[in-house]
Amino acid sequence: MSTLLKLNGIHKAFAGVQALRGVSFELEAGEVHALVGENGAGKSTLIKVITGAHAPDQGTIEVQGNPIIDNDPVRARNLGIAAIYQQPALFPELTVAENIALGLEPGGAWRRIRWGERRARAERLLARIGANIHPETEVRRLTMPEQQLVEIARALGADARILIMDEPSASLGDQEVDNLFRVIRELKAQGVGIIYISHRLEELPRIADRVTALRDGTLVGTQAMSEVNRGDLIRMMVGRELSAVFPKTVVERGDVVLEVRGLGCRASGVHEVDFNVRAGEILGLAGLVGAGRTEVSRVLFGLTPADAGEILLRGERVTIDTTARAVELGIAYVPEDRRHHGVILEMSVATNTTLATLGAISRAGLLDFRRERAVAADFVQRLGVKTATIDTPVGNLSGGNQQKVALARWLAAEPAVLILDEPTQGVDVGAKAEIHRLMGDLAARGLAIIMISSELPEILGMSDRIVVMHAGTVAGALDREGATQEAILELALGHRAMSGVPA
Amino acid sequence: MNAVAKYRRELSVALAYALFLLLLAVAAPRFYKPEQLRSFIVSNSSVLVAAIGMTLVILCRQIDLSVGSQFSICGVVAGLLAKTGLPLPVVGLGTLLVGGGLGAINGALIAFLGLPSIVVTLATLVILRESLRYAREGSFVRDIPQGFQWFGAGQGSGQWLVVAVALVVFLIFLWSLRNLSAGRSVYATGSDPEAARLVGIRPRRVVFLVFVAMGALAGLGALLNAVRFADVDPNSGVGLEMQVIAAVVVGGTAISGGRGTLFGTLVGVALLGSIGPALVFLGTQPQWEKAIQGTIILLAVASDALGREGK
Repeated sequence: MSTLLKLNGIHKAFAGVQALRGVSFELEAGEVHALVGENGAGKSTLIKVITGAHAPDQGTIEVQGNPIIDNDPVRARNLGIAAIYQQPALFPELTVAENIALGLEPGGAWRRIRWGERRARAERLLARIGANIHPETEVRRLTMPEQQLVEIARALGADARILIMDEPSASLGDQEVDNLFRVIRELKAQGVGIIYISHRLEELPRIADRVTALRDGTLVGTQAMSEVNRGDLIRMMVGRELSAVFPKTVVERGDVVLEVRGLGCRASGVHEVDFNVRAGEILGLAGLVGAGRTEVSRVLFGLTPADAGEILLRGERVTIDTTARAVELGIAYVPEDRRHHGVILEMSVATNTTLATLGAISRAGLLDFRRERAVAADFVQRLGVKTATIDTPVGNLSGGNQQKVALARWLAAEPAVLILDEPTQGVDVGAKAEIHRLMGDLAARGLAIIMISSELPEILGMSDRIVVMHAGTVAGALDREGATQEAILELALGHRAMSGVPA
Repeated sequence: MNAVAKYRRELSVALAYALFLLLLAVAAPRFYKPEQLRSFIVSNSSVLVAAIGMTLVILCRQIDLSVGSQFSICGVVAGLLAKTGLPLPVVGLGTLLVGGGLGAINGALIAFLGLPSIVVTLATLVILRESLRYAREGSFVRDIPQGFQWFGAGQGSGQWLVVAVALVVFLIFLWSLRNLSAGRSVYATGSDPEAARLVGIRPRRVVFLVFVAMGALAGLGALLNAVRFADVDPNSGVGLEMQVIAAVVVGGTAISGGRGTLFGTLVGVALLGSIGPALVFLGTQPQWEKAIQGTIILLAVASDALGREGK
């Protein structure tokens, strides 16, 4: 094997903050090299040094043995370095073929476009990664995983030898992850070196050859993946043992708080959904991406009101046709992507915290700023939100802390039912454990929690009961004791009809 | 964050304006003659009231191009109502209702049908203007009873009544935007309508009500403008949208919504309103007024963009 990329003693500081301290890193041809570390450990900065977005203060970069001086994005691309980020960066209104062509075809505003050639290249590249996507489809019609494949195809078209994948699996279901891994293995076989960043530690043994951990901008170490286990990785990343990865507390379950019977919504493709959730219970909602889990929560929150079945809140039938009504009834919803609408980035921590409870901190519409600050300060302390002050815009906080603010907002509303959609997606290990601990505390205080997650260990670790969805309806329910990864997957894939405990 | 950092944008415009005033004090001291200052303040009162409405609209990530046509119609309506001999409070209320109604049409189309505000208000700008032209054939409303001009108080105290009304309305909205939960709903809607919806705010309703307020404030502004004259000009609002939108933007309100204060709008109105008289007293061609206003807008948004880069 030959060394594709070699970083030596990279230092980088931003306005006095040392982001990287003497980090060295190597990537072989045909290797998947995982890069792990908590948020803020320096992974993104390292990636940006490789792609030429940041110039290192010290240290050298070598690509296939040649030292690279004055790296910049254009040079990096010409050297065969490509990066694929968690959110695909494609043009939604253009077709797959056009997206792949961008940046690959020579420039010049007056150059005639050879449509046939463009289409043939797209077909060839998509075939190379085994993607069954029509080149003339508009990208906005593709699913997230499909868009990712298009990005990979584009990177290959640019003759990428070094492919950086930043959290590619974060929003994928298990089946899509399998498909992604198949593509990665094919790229490996073609001699491409892949830097793979992921917070999902359990998937690394399946795909990575080596792993490098960063902590606070320093290199902790590089090891063969076969020689480390999950515990070792966590120790490397956080420098301490996490007491328990899923601090599940056993809580006495109370009465049924929310029950749905035959719930359906044609517009969002869910039908005949039955389940209930009790006070003090965490109900895991599992299933593949697209199985209708998020859609069900949007129905419950009045975003896409139900057109069939009934919703019972503490035994009483209710109609939820607006989000305002849902909030009134004591239902809280923390959406999947906090960057999209979970928090308002330009507003302060304090303002965000009280946004769902403006009624409670005001009298006759008049805001009580002292009360607002007290509430915000209390939640910042209780949830351990790391922020300079409560007047800091939420946009300045790290992902995990933004998620905590999104949670604080709803806890301030003192809801009866809390719906969490992928509560720890893209959040680092430390913050993840804190959010899990918090969920346990909330359940202990009698809250009914519905948690949607694509991570099976999280579902298994946190849920008292698990409802598995498939193709827009409930495929089955499992008790905590009887639940295994295999049982959930079988239901999620639709292999097994209604079974297990009643939902 | 302290107050200086929080109102940095507003303070820097205020500082620029102060420098401008200082320059005028040296170059054109006649600008400061009491009579001239008084007329400057009185004539800009109606602009300020309309600009308050525009601030709300822009904070909600919307725009209202039809404000000038609303203003013209409301001025004529005020004159016609006064002509029927109705008491002044009824005339005022009627004008506000007509303005609010015109705003409600914009608001309903934008909020409930989801049409883009720039297109809707461009259409209503023309429709309202041409309807008024058809109805009035360009003629002034004349022979209005004595009690209408200067609210029947005579120019001496009447003009201060105009300023006082504008100032009270300004203070009410300034206070409300900050202290009422309704004000915060406006900011939340403008920052991220979807996020606002997820916390139980009804963004459509907020947008609708903001357009109603815009219309009513345009009506009030028109009334404050109409009482300054014996007759009502049916073209009193032509071109007002430029002045009002410019004042809001120069005052630091982000055109993308969610950020800005009425304090900034006040400075913006004063700054843009000073250009015309300043040119006169500097002995320059007053035709340059619009071009200079345009330049100030570009400078303001460019300095915003550069300020953000520097962060």
